[in-house]
Amino acid sequence: MSILAVDGLGIAFGGIRALDAVSFAVPRGMIFSIIGPNGAGKTTLFNVISGIYRTTDGTLAVDGLDVTGLRPATLASLGLSRTFQNLQLFTRMTVLENAMTGRHRHESRAILGHLVRSPATRAQERRSRELAMACLARVGLDGEAGRLAGALPYGAMKRLEIARALATEPRLLLLDEPAAGCNAAETEEIDRLLVDIAASGITIVLIEHDMKLVMGISHRVLVLVEGRVLTEGEPHEVARDPRVIEAYLGRDAAHRLVEAPSYA
Amino acid sequence: MALKLSPAVLILIATVLIVVLPGLVLPSPYYYRVGALVFISALAVIGLNLLMGYAGQVSLGHAGFFAIGAYGTAILPAQLGWPPLLAAATGVVLAAALAFAIGRPILRLRGQHLAVATLGIGMLITMVLNAEVAITGGPDGMAVARATVFGFKLRAPETWYWISGGLLILGVVAALNLLNSPTGRALRALHDSEVAAEVLGIDVTRYKLVVFVAASVYAAVAGAALALFSGHVTPDVGSFLRSVEFVTMAVIGGLGSILGSIVGAAVLVILPQVLTVFQEYETLVLGVMIILFMIFLRGGIVPGLAARLTARLTP
Ligand SMILES: Nc1ncnc2c1ncn2[C@@H]1O[C@H](COP(=O)(O)OP(=O)(O)OP(=O)(O)O)[C@@H](O)[C@H]1O
Ligand SMILES: [Mg+2]
Repeated sequence: MSILAVDGLGIAFGGIRALDAVSFAVPRGMIFSIIGPNGAGKTTLFNVISGIYRTTDGTLAVDGLDVTGLRPATLASLGLSRTFQNLQLFTRMTVLENAMTGRHRHESRAILGHLVRSPATRAQERRSRELAMACLARVGLDGEAGRLAGALPYGAMKRLEIARALATEPRLLLLDEPAAGCNAAETEEIDRLLVDIAASGITIVLIEHDMKLVMGISHRVLVLVEGRVLTEGEPHEVARDPRVIEAYLGRDAAHRLVEAPSYA
Repeated sequence: MALKLSPAVLILIATVLIVVLPGLVLPSPYYYRVGALVFISALAVIGLNLLMGYAGQVSLGHAGFFAIGAYGTAILPAQLGWPPLLAAATGVVLAAALAFAIGRPILRLRGQHLAVATLGIGMLITMVLNAEVAITGGPDGMAVARATVFGFKLRAPETWYWISGGLLILGVVAALNLLNSPTGRALRALHDSEVAAEVLGIDVTRYKLVVFVAASVYAAVAGAALALFSGHVTPDVGSFLRSVEFVTMAVIGGLGSILGSIVGAAVLVILPQVLTVFQEYETLVLGVMIILFMIFLRGGIVPGLAARLTARLTP
């Protein structure tokens, strides 16, 4: 069974259909990438899947369970987590506290215990700190634990978002352009990190413009253009599809590329 | 390994020193009285700071809950013959219950809209206090029965200095515990990004309500202490001006700083006493000083000084 099934999903903003009849399924354990030109609706798709936007147009299922219309916090409790293209860090909190906040769904919410800092609360804090540190170590930020998140360089902020999402112990992780704005070395790090995350059994849905990254690590690639699925397939199939090249570069360029044998 | 104290422990030590050191040396009942007023205000401001500074939810009606604590303490002994301390506790529960009831619809609002809605709550509360003359004494207010503990009447300013100082220390401990817990992280998280908080499984609506109720409890405890200490309450305790004063204390001391709440309360309680030497220019000088604080210590006195200090210490 697929861990994520999207069926006939659509959403409109003031008459503009940002998503239209989008359907696909992500099998467990994969790196499933979504590519498409700017404004294609990729981030909107993540917003619908993670419950930030609600739509009655189409259905969503996580692990076979219908989750259409559920709130983000409920989806989080089902093991879904994500990062944001426009960073959404808790900038006034430390790097460690950001990651610890990711532990929230596993922590006791008994406020009385928090107020008096009961032995159980202390033990839980210790555990949350350890697990959060482990997530920071995974993205190479354990040395910055005490720093304010808002004071980090851009690349580190991107990795902190991933660490915070990992701290929730997700089954399904949605990553919105984790390598955007990163230099070659940083992109290389992200590449390794994603492969490592997938190897640990977490299914990844990746939005990314860096084609080298996408084609290198994805098991399947879906192409979204103007809110619709253009095609879906293995990376090498998609890369060779003239419609994809056309969508990215325009019709003329596409013809030239496909006709020139050196690019085949 | 060197002994390294966590920021929370340092803040607690500073608070204890702020209470204990002056308490040992103050020269006359007048100073103890001012000290008690500082601590009582600081307690209310810490509550407001949890709401505004940490969770980012504005309130211009904080004094309304302060007034419920104060009037609960005044009315229940006068009307029903309750012991004052039981009345005080009941006033606090009433304030919390009211916050819980109105919090849900109100906290859906944001920014200026939330500010105006909370302002309305504060105004409603003072309106009732002014109008129900038979119960509250109307605009003239009413006397508050003195609390007795083991046959000992609590009335000396020095006694109230230590009681309110003790309450302040308890309030600081509870606030620090809360802030360094899953609840505290949830509150600070929703301040910075509600969307990211939700996605991590934080029930944003619930935590806004939690902090609104917590803030009202701090205000009501402070209000009850003020009523028992001063022996008389008037609707002024819940006035809009009083709410604005609490906000000013929180902002001057530093939003998102517990020590800042104490410092902000101290500045706004003590300065007017000191500035009486300027006679008719008192308010003018106070206003200018507030402006200067805001310009030169952006972010409030405590965070502002801390930033300057670290800038000087790190080359
Ligand atoms: N909340 C909203 N209100 C109105 N329009 C929106 C909203 N969210 C997205 N859109 C529109 O939906 C379309 C798709 O935007 P989206 O951000 O999903 O694109 P994208 O594929 O993520 O692009 P990029 O690669 O630049 O990140 C755009 O035309 C955008 O303006
Ligand atoms: Mg996008």
